[in-house]
Amino acid sequence: MGASSPPPDRDRGSAGPRIAGRRIAGIGWPLATKANVLVLTLALLLGFAISAQVRQTRTQGLETLREDELLGVLDTVTQEGVRLGAELRDLERTRDRLASGADSELEAIDIARERADTLGLLAGSKAATGPGVRLTIADPDGRVGATVILDAIEELRDAGAEVLQVGPQRVVMGTFFSDSDAGVSVSGTALSPPYVILAIGDPATMASAMGIPGGVSESVRGLRGEVTVEQLDSLDITAIHRSDPPRFATPAPTPDPSPTS
Amino acid sequence: MIPALGLLAGIVIGILVRPDVPLWLQPYLPIAVIAALDAVFGAVRAALDGIFDDKVFVVSFLSNVVVAAFIVYLGDQLGVGAQLSTGVIVVLGVRIFSNVASIRRHLFSA
Repeated sequence: MGASSPPPDRDRGSAGPRIAGRRIAGIGWPLATKANVLVLTLALLLGFAISAQVRQTRTQGLETLREDELLGVLDTVTQEGVRLGAELRDLERTRDRLASGADSELEAIDIARERADTLGLLAGSKAATGPGVRLTIADPDGRVGATVILDAIEELRDAGAEVLQVGPQRVVMGTFFSDSDAGVSVSGTALSPPYVILAIGDPATMASAMGIPGGVSESVRGLRGEVTVEQLDSLDITAIHRSDPPRFATPAPTPDPSPTS
Repeated sequence: MIPALGLLAGIVIGILVRPDVPLWLQPYLPIAVIAALDAVFGAVRAALDGIFDDKVFVVSFLSNVVVAAFIVYLGDQLGVGAQLSTGVIVVLGVRIFSNVASIRRHLFSA
């Protein structure tokens, strides 16, 4: 060791690398002096302590932390818990909102479908079925005109007819009747007698409406024709009215578009 | 040479034995290690200066370790253990750096 074999030069400061190397070697010259053994022991201890500490640091858990460090950890965990709780509540709210939104959307679709059905029947764009009457107007002399047919339609409507068909034509808002050479034409389609009118509604009411004094039956009879009314439990009206979208009219905005039925 | 070999051998033994640091020692061991490192660097510097003395080394090593551990213990008792540990480490770190600078001047003349 240095004390037992002191290096020859003792100049301090900037000794050259060569001298420094010699001095380094001089420290640990293996002489089994008491000092050497002591130094070796200390170095051994230090190395042991270093590796033990490194290993300890790697496997360190909470038990070696100081009180304030533990408090810090606890604080962090608590804050994290609060934050996660808030997030959880947020997500639950969102989930509930989405679920109820899906429900109300289904409901809205149902309402819209129902409405579309109703409007389809009114506008004549859907086939209809239900109880009703079949009205046959025989006209051997060809004297029954558009007026009579229109009267019959109006009478049936008064009696609660919901869907009407004259010949092959669905009766809608824009349907018109006119006289032609061969007979009556409906919305431009010429019909020939006997005229068949289908009406869905209460059969008994409509049948009696046809038979009232001064009504359709009587006026047709006055024209030497004959009206036959069949009351049917089930009647299909398959004629469809194809309507072009309106060119000028657009729906006026309504504040509350509540479904009408 | 001997200290370097001893250090290496100690590290290897520590890795092989996988010692568990006892609980009472855990707060003090890191500081003690830093203090011992300070003593070692001081010894290397002294050797390079040509004034190494093994008795001084042994005494400074042990006293460094004991004093550092005592300071931390005292800090823990006073409730400022963390701060005192930091202080001790800063002081020892400064000393290690100045020793290393001196060693560097010896070895590389720079």
